[in-house]
Amino acid sequence: MLAFLIKRAANAIFVMLSVSFIAFMIFRFVGDPVELMLNEQATQSQRDELRSRLGLDQSFIAQFATFVGNAAKGDFGISFRNQQDVMAMIAERFPATFELVLVATFISLVVGIPMGVITAIRRQTWYAETMQFVSIIGISLPSFVVGIGLILVFSVLLGWFPAFGRGETVQIGWWSTGLLTHTGRMSIILPALSLSLFQITLVMRLVRAEMLEVLRSDFIKFARARGIPARAIHFRHALRNCLMPVVTLTAMQIGGLIAFALVTETVFQWPGMGLLFIQAVTFVDVPIMAAYLCIVALIFVVLNAIVDVTYAIIDPRLRGADK
Amino acid sequence: MTDIHASVTARRDKPKGRLERLRDSDLWWSFSRSRSAVGAAIALGLVILTALFAPLLSPQNPYDLAALELWNAELPPVWMEGGQMPYVLGTDVQGRDILSGILYGTRVSVFIGIASVLVSLGVGVLAGLTAGFFGGWVDNVLMRVGDVLLSIPIILVAILVSSVAQALLPPHLREAGISVVLVLAIAMYSWVQYARVVRAQTMVERRKEYVQASRLVGTPARRLMLKHILPNTLTPVFVTATLNFGLAILIEATLSFLGVGMPPNQPSLGTLIRVGNQYLFSGSWWIVLFPSIQLCILVVAVNMLGDWLRDALNPKLR
Repeated sequence: MLAFLIKRAANAIFVMLSVSFIAFMIFRFVGDPVELMLNEQATQSQRDELRSRLGLDQSFIAQFATFVGNAAKGDFGISFRNQQDVMAMIAERFPATFELVLVATFISLVVGIPMGVITAIRRQTWYAETMQFVSIIGISLPSFVVGIGLILVFSVLLGWFPAFGRGETVQIGWWSTGLLTHTGRMSIILPALSLSLFQITLVMRLVRAEMLEVLRSDFIKFARARGIPARAIHFRHALRNCLMPVVTLTAMQIGGLIAFALVTETVFQWPGMGLLFIQAVTFVDVPIMAAYLCIVALIFVVLNAIVDVTYAIIDPRLRGADK
Repeated sequence: MTDIHASVTARRDKPKGRLERLRDSDLWWSFSRSRSAVGAAIALGLVILTALFAPLLSPQNPYDLAALELWNAELPPVWMEGGQMPYVLGTDVQGRDILSGILYGTRVSVFIGIASVLVSLGVGVLAGLTAGFFGGWVDNVLMRVGDVLLSIPIILVAILVSSVAQALLPPHLREAGISVVLVLAIAMYSWVQYARVVRAQTMVERRKEYVQASRLVGTPARRLMLKHILPNTLTPVFVTATLNFGLAILIEATLSFLGVGMPPNQPSLGTLIRVGNQYLFSGSWWIVLFPSIQLCILVVAVNMLGDWLRDALNPKLR
């Protein structure tokens, strides 16, 4: 078990180092920071002085080491564009993205699981087949088109929900939440729905496949023979055995959702990290781009590692797994 | 008697044409029985053909700024009040015909999709063959690189590569270079999938007797890989390629929508949607709606074909 943990941690660290190397290379490639920070009249000695102060006269490897060291402390420098601390800017935007992802995950489970069960136990009916067909379409529709469609129908045509922004927010410590106000709750519905659509179809297909498998097993036959009502068999006995993969999928997808939220955030002008990143991209604001990349990769890698380790605890066969 | 005999042998000996062989195959049979596959193929064929012949079909050349007339701006589709021929689907704020924009835009989207599939397929198949055939450190390096790429969300990789490369392009190359950058940004991620599929298959094939025998008679490694092993790994590659084609179009559209893809003067479907999105609240819904529908038809059709192909080529499901 210890060997497995060490191997898994080494793997995660390797991925993070590679990602920070990519982030570092973006810094090196895009523009000369000295040119960006000084005005055109600066003398050569001023340039040299700034260069050595920023550590740019050191060797490539030493610079990379400094970058990784600072990044590990959460120091990504200041934004080129508005001269603020990058980490503070991202921390300010993080709650918006996190709440969006949380609500989207919640919707995907609440809608996806029952749909999966229904399509599995009522396979031949027209509504189950319709759901199957819609799910293929749902999985291939571009998420920004879904968002625009939702805005067109529910904001422009019907006027039920606001089309952009977060509504009013309440400050709790450093966390700003929109879930406690009416406008905040109304504002989160459309973006969360548009973000969760892909997830709903994933959950639904997974639950359906698992249910079909479980329903064929002996203990279900035995439960039927005992005369347990169908509803209890489906929801208490069968569904419970399907939930483990759903939990895994949900955990692994949260990282992907955080990254993909940037598309949704752009469509709905949702003030989260993703919108910050996209705005930074249009202005080539490298520190923000690098910080966002590292943070999203970190969330991704940590979640994957947790899922793997949990699996190893539950299933001892995986510990010595040598692929 | 002899006549019959002669005609029977003649029929048996006559080599079948390609078309006939195709009609006899399992694949065709499964295709013609699947309603969604036939529907998707027809839709996809229509979309690609109309895109290919866009210059002949579209009423206006959307790239030609001289053809735009501002007094024809924001015309609704013909079936609505105020709509005018030949602007069947209406015009945008610059008086550009929406239908022509869509046909030309589909061209750009399909071109980038095909190009990135070809690039990633080439790189991925070669990497997978090499990794699977030689094993050892080559395998380790290639697969670790793939692992790292797959551990970052695809959309991030594509945005970063595309935006950084565009910032680095010298101004006179920017116009022509963007589509190349986009193709590479998409291919950079998706080659891993081909590599993994081909590697797994190669590792199975290389232990088989025909490969051992061929190696024994002194066939060089390169010939062994390309002539003997490669053809036996191609079936799953086709499925991956079809599904990746849909994904590539989707990523390109998303990048263009986010503003790091095709620029407005050579728009793809994503760019058209990005531009139209700005007029969502002004009542001119047709500017954004029709390109969106076209994109959905394209992607859904490709995915349905891919889904069908995966099932049809899966020996377990036969």
